[in-house]
Amino acid sequence: MIVFDRVSKIYPDSSVALEDVTLSIEPKEFVSLVGPSGAGKTTLLKLFLGEEQPTEGAVYYESTNIHKLNRKETDVFRRKVGMVFQDFRLLPNKTVYENIAFTMEAAGRTDEEIESDVPHVLELVDLTPKVWNFPRELSGGEKQRVAIARALVNEPDVIIADEPTGNLDPANTYDIVQILKRINDLGTTVLLATHNKGIIDLLKRRVIAMERGKVVRDDRSGKYFV
Amino acid sequence: MFWMKLKRVLRTGFFNFWRDTTVTLASVLIMMVTLLVIGLISFSGVILDATLTELKNKIDINVTFITSAKEEDILNIKHTTESLPEVLLVTYVSREEALTLFKERHANDQAILSALDELGENPLGGVLNIRARDPSQYGSVAEFLESDNALSSAGFPIIDRVNYFQNKIAIDRLTKVIASADWLGFVAMFFLAVVSVLIAFNTIRLTIYLARDEISVMRLVGASATYIRGPFMVVGIIYGIVAGILTLLLLLPITYWLGGTTEDFFVGFNLFSYYLRHFLEIAFVIMASGVLIGALSSALAIRKYLKV
Repeated sequence: MIVFDRVSKIYPDSSVALEDVTLSIEPKEFVSLVGPSGAGKTTLLKLFLGEEQPTEGAVYYESTNIHKLNRKETDVFRRKVGMVFQDFRLLPNKTVYENIAFTMEAAGRTDEEIESDVPHVLELVDLTPKVWNFPRELSGGEKQRVAIARALVNEPDVIIADEPTGNLDPANTYDIVQILKRINDLGTTVLLATHNKGIIDLLKRRVIAMERGKVVRDDRSGKYFV
Repeated sequence: MFWMKLKRVLRTGFFNFWRDTTVTLASVLIMMVTLLVIGLISFSGVILDATLTELKNKIDINVTFITSAKEEDILNIKHTTESLPEVLLVTYVSREEALTLFKERHANDQAILSALDELGENPLGGVLNIRARDPSQYGSVAEFLESDNALSSAGFPIIDRVNYFQNKIAIDRLTKVIASADWLGFVAMFFLAVVSVLIAFNTIRLTIYLARDEISVMRLVGASATYIRGPFMVVGIIYGIVAGILTLLLLLPITYWLGGTTEDFFVGFNLFSYYLRHFLEIAFVIMASGVLIGALSSALAIRKYLKV
């Protein structure tokens, strides 16, 4: 479903972020990317989203080369991918409801769909009482749950989570991981970048370890050690 | 689909305008300054025009005839002068009228009046007051009068003096001043307008810079460039409209206050009544500038952040 084919990313200052990475991810998999900071996890995710261009190699999603898509096709592709970031990246001037509704609006969904789906997805992340709050009025864990709800609401094929628990305490971390797991159980592919050992041990799923831009280990059953 | 998107873009724009109070306040105020400058510039253009016309109207030349000149000869010259293309208007002041005017002017000066009585006869000649279409044309008019065209029917000169030659330096200087004031005024206005538009442009750029992370998030959730740009342009346009309305209101007390001064200074030109008379045109210029600056600045500034 997702294929990285001999991908290298070298930045203009000739620092190497990724070197000859090849890996493939099947539908409905839950894959954790681990490794120290600067190992290339985030670059890998950015390449998948078309935020960055690879220096060499190609990234495929269901046999389309992501970097051969034009602007419009990229927009359409991104709507099939839900994203969750360490710093939440919610829209500060929009309420919880509007933050989630915005993604649906961007995908051209009707007002009726928005009115029925947003409460539903908020229920899924257990945030119904906060629907009219602004992000600044929420705790870190709540913000991340809004971000997950936003990522989920368009029923994406893939969820990408880049250090989603990096700013959270253990209790919230546990909640977020449980939510991601539930999403995966419902049939969505999840790609999670993290350096939290506890999460990996909890998940017991496939782990890809990276170091200095290379894949150093690809473990089907998942244990964290680098 | 189009209407749904338009509705959403407008709604989001209004919300953003309303919610981000500090940014909104700063932008509207800066935009107001810009529009005020544009408004005052157009006024200063009008004031300058009024001044120049006023000055031009004050320039004329007087042709004084010798006392023995016959009235019909003078009227003859008046007639030929009037037929010159450069001449706008010629008024004849007869000897008697000249004397009456002279007496009126010196009504408080007993010495002059008694000297006049002593003379026993009217020492003043008839006068032709000539106004040219343009100050630069007085030279040729004066030359025409100096030539043989201005002889009496009997063929001897009857013109005592033409004050052009006394006033020549002053007239020349004024002509130059008027020409350069016209040019200088234009350059200054153009410069001011450009500077204030740039300031407004930069302010709006700053507001969009503040939203750059937000824009990148919108890109990442797959919102199209148009759909992201729309609300920002709506906000820019609202800035323009609100600032425009405030500027038009603010110009009321400003012109009212300046009105009295301009009325005294430029005979009969009241800035306040000018503003009221031309309100629709001025309102159009200011509102259009506001909307244009707002929309264009937003569109240009956001381009950079849409590339993600």
